[in-house]
Amino acid sequence: VCIHRVRSCSSIRFIKSKYVCVFDKSALKFSHQQRLFRTSPVSCGQIVQFKLSDIGEGITEVTVKEWYIKEGDSVSQFDSICEVQSDKASVTITSRYDGIIRKLHYSIDDIAFVGKPLVDIEIDASKGVAPEEDVVETPPMSHEEHTHQEIKGHKTLATPAVRRLAMENNIKLSEIVGTGKDNRILKEDILNYLAKQTGAILPPSPKAEIVPPVRKTEAAPAAPKDKARRIPVPVSRPIAFSGKDKTEPVTGFQKAMVKTMSAALKIPHFGYSDEIDLTELVQLREELKPLAEIRGVKLSFMPFFIKAASLGLLQYPILNASLDENCQNVTYKASHNIGVAMDTEQGLIVPNVKNVQVCSVFDIAVELNRLQSLGSAGQLGTSDLTGGTFTLSNIGTIGGTYAKPVILPPEVAIGALGKIQVLPRFNGKGEVFKAQIMNVSWSADHRIIDGATMARFSNLWKSYLENPASMLLDLK
Amino acid sequence: MVLQSFKNCLWLSCVLRTPKACFWSTAGGGLIIQSVSNDVYQNLAVEDWIHDHMDLEKQQILFLWRNSPAVVIGRHQNPWQECNLRLLRQKNIKLARRRSGGGTVYHDLGNINLTFFTTRKKYERMGNLKLIVKALKALRPQLDVHVTDRYDILLDRQYKISGTAAKLGRTSAYHHCTLLCNADKSVLSSVLKSPYKGLKSNATPSVPALVKNLFEEDACLTSEMLLDAIAKEYAVQHQIDHHITLINPADETLLPGISNKTKELQTWEWLYGKTPNFSVSASLNMAYKDSVLDIKVNMDVKHGRIEVCNIDLPEQWLPPELYSELVKGLTGSKFCPNETTTLVTTLLRTCPQDDELHHRWSLLCENMMRLM
Repeated sequence: VCIHRVRSCSSIRFIKSKYVCVFDKSALKFSHQQRLFRTSPVSCGQIVQFKLSDIGEGITEVTVKEWYIKEGDSVSQFDSICEVQSDKASVTITSRYDGIIRKLHYSIDDIAFVGKPLVDIEIDASKGVAPEEDVVETPPMSHEEHTHQEIKGHKTLATPAVRRLAMENNIKLSEIVGTGKDNRILKEDILNYLAKQTGAILPPSPKAEIVPPVRKTEAAPAAPKDKARRIPVPVSRPIAFSGKDKTEPVTGFQKAMVKTMSAALKIPHFGYSDEIDLTELVQLREELKPLAEIRGVKLSFMPFFIKAASLGLLQYPILNASLDENCQNVTYKASHNIGVAMDTEQGLIVPNVKNVQVCSVFDIAVELNRLQSLGSAGQLGTSDLTGGTFTLSNIGTIGGTYAKPVILPPEVAIGALGKIQVLPRFNGKGEVFKAQIMNVSWSADHRIIDGATMARFSNLWKSYLENPASMLLDLK
Repeated sequence: MVLQSFKNCLWLSCVLRTPKACFWSTAGGGLIIQSVSNDVYQNLAVEDWIHDHMDLEKQQILFLWRNSPAVVIGRHQNPWQECNLRLLRQKNIKLARRRSGGGTVYHDLGNINLTFFTTRKKYERMGNLKLIVKALKALRPQLDVHVTDRYDILLDRQYKISGTAAKLGRTSAYHHCTLLCNADKSVLSSVLKSPYKGLKSNATPSVPALVKNLFEEDACLTSEMLLDAIAKEYAVQHQIDHHITLINPADETLLPGISNKTKELQTWEWLYGKTPNFSVSASLNMAYKDSVLDIKVNMDVKHGRIEVCNIDLPEQWLPPELYSELVKGLTGSKFCPNETTTLVTTLLRTCPQDDELHHRWSLLCENMMRLM
């Protein structure tokens, strides 16, 4: 029985099961096509040679440029297999079958020939199918019949297994919105559609738009299909978590960070935190912002924090030092190259402002602007990223109040700045007022820095920021 | 020329339940659309979207677009071989990799792009190019333009004014080409000249050609006139109205999934990671103290990452543990100057604090980065 006749004559469909059983065996005798599939278990998967189809324009050979699969991978119909190129045209070759890739006939950069085998695919027989399932005769498929149908000018893509499911449940594929690739209709879409139906069964249309010959393949595991037949209207589907763990190698910059942080772990850290009242600084910055803008510079709080730190380091130079590997010598660095932790796409980068000890607040702002724009463009240079002696991390721009920062070797101290919050505080007269409060968390190398030094440095830094006018006295 | 307002169609699409169907279905076998965006990634994403989602059986599409300065390489090309990446970064010119084959082109607003969408069966590049030539001759009959068998369009028999590329999928195909109206030729020639030496690969090479702008032949010609002439000819050949529908590549309701496609085209994995495997064999000439050191470097780059790295340094120039740290760090790292900078500067934190050593290290790394 030719499948075309079955399709066009709807009446035959209702008696199909009876007929087909009869025709099944006899048809097999006359059949000589290798792509005939039956539901009775076949001894082993059949290997099909998938040939490179015509590219058009009379082209006979192409170069294989990329494989999307490898031997042993399973593929579904319409999955991309490889990319080939011919004369400025790049062609995506997709699989015609569901199955397992058994052999790739070409390597990358080989010349492949139209009409010759490209890959060998093993097409599995379906397993565990119940015997009462009707057997549909399937003469070999031509490519065009199989691919798609046009409904309302849109393709309706679905694998044979999905089409079967739709047919069994009397669903028109045109009624379903596909959520797969290319708007392909997936099994889930059919099941979701069924769940929404109140049980009304749509009569099959005489045009029989959903009955292309169904080929038994291992597209969908047999179990859910059985389930669908026994439970025509699933009320709710259990949410199956199909996430898989993903393992990636640690490379490049991340590898270097692993080394740095492992070295940092060897430094005995101690922490010291305090609260800074920035009310006056906030006001000062508001006044100075427009002046800086006129000069073309964005003025944030960081230049003040950095300059105050440098003034503090002049009094407590041990915080701007470096301990050698054997802890034999301490080197007091002359330059205050203050690093500013920057959050970029790659992760945490710390460029530094050089020689803050001779820079004005404005100079620092200019330099920060330059580093920030280079940082976001991914164009920071080696000199920007090396030579730092002390680091400030403004994690407060993202959030948080207290932190426990990790010292970046070869430095010996680091400060993490929390976000500025408006909080009630008491003033000198005992009245409550609105204060702009920021928390700072310092970490220092306890081998050469003691708590008292850190505390005094922090107090000095705090006093400069709480009373910005006092910075004027000590500015160099 | 009638430019159909996008707003009209949007209103219609709100009324009907299937906006896609409304916007895309017109009477007749063709549709002419023009992008309102000059962003190369957005426009390439529109091509992808139409290729993946549209049924071109009943209706072919002509897509017109222009980009702000960008270098666009072919699917299987090597960006290091094809252009001056350093210059691109400096001048803020974007790099894009398209999904079609072929060679590298420079886009700016003086270079127009035309994409002909058809079914796979109806894919035919000669016809499209002849359509363009016909349109040009209708506009300026004295223009000496013709199509070569390499699918180029030549002006005056020697200057290339159009390059072609194509993409074929399972059921759809597209052929796109450029047309030089008034592009900046000096920028074009400087960015398309690669400074990187010692690259060996099987990536598709570009074939350099002498180019000329149509504007140089006739100063009255503008990109708009050319776009219109081609649209007119397309309309005639497909027996449709001479309407150009505007399309916004950022419209997610009209083109569901387009923002993901746009993002994908900008990822490092697509731009650089898709480069066919290549090797670098170069000599660094480093000025150190009073002499010039000649250092041989060999690297194998796979999927844009350094798979193997060999630097031939004079003995003990760097302590051996440090050298092996450097090589270990570079292996698996992206072949990218920024990645290398952050890698080597971070590694420096755990090196012995020796000024001389630091100087040598920085010198070597600066030179290595010039290869990328």
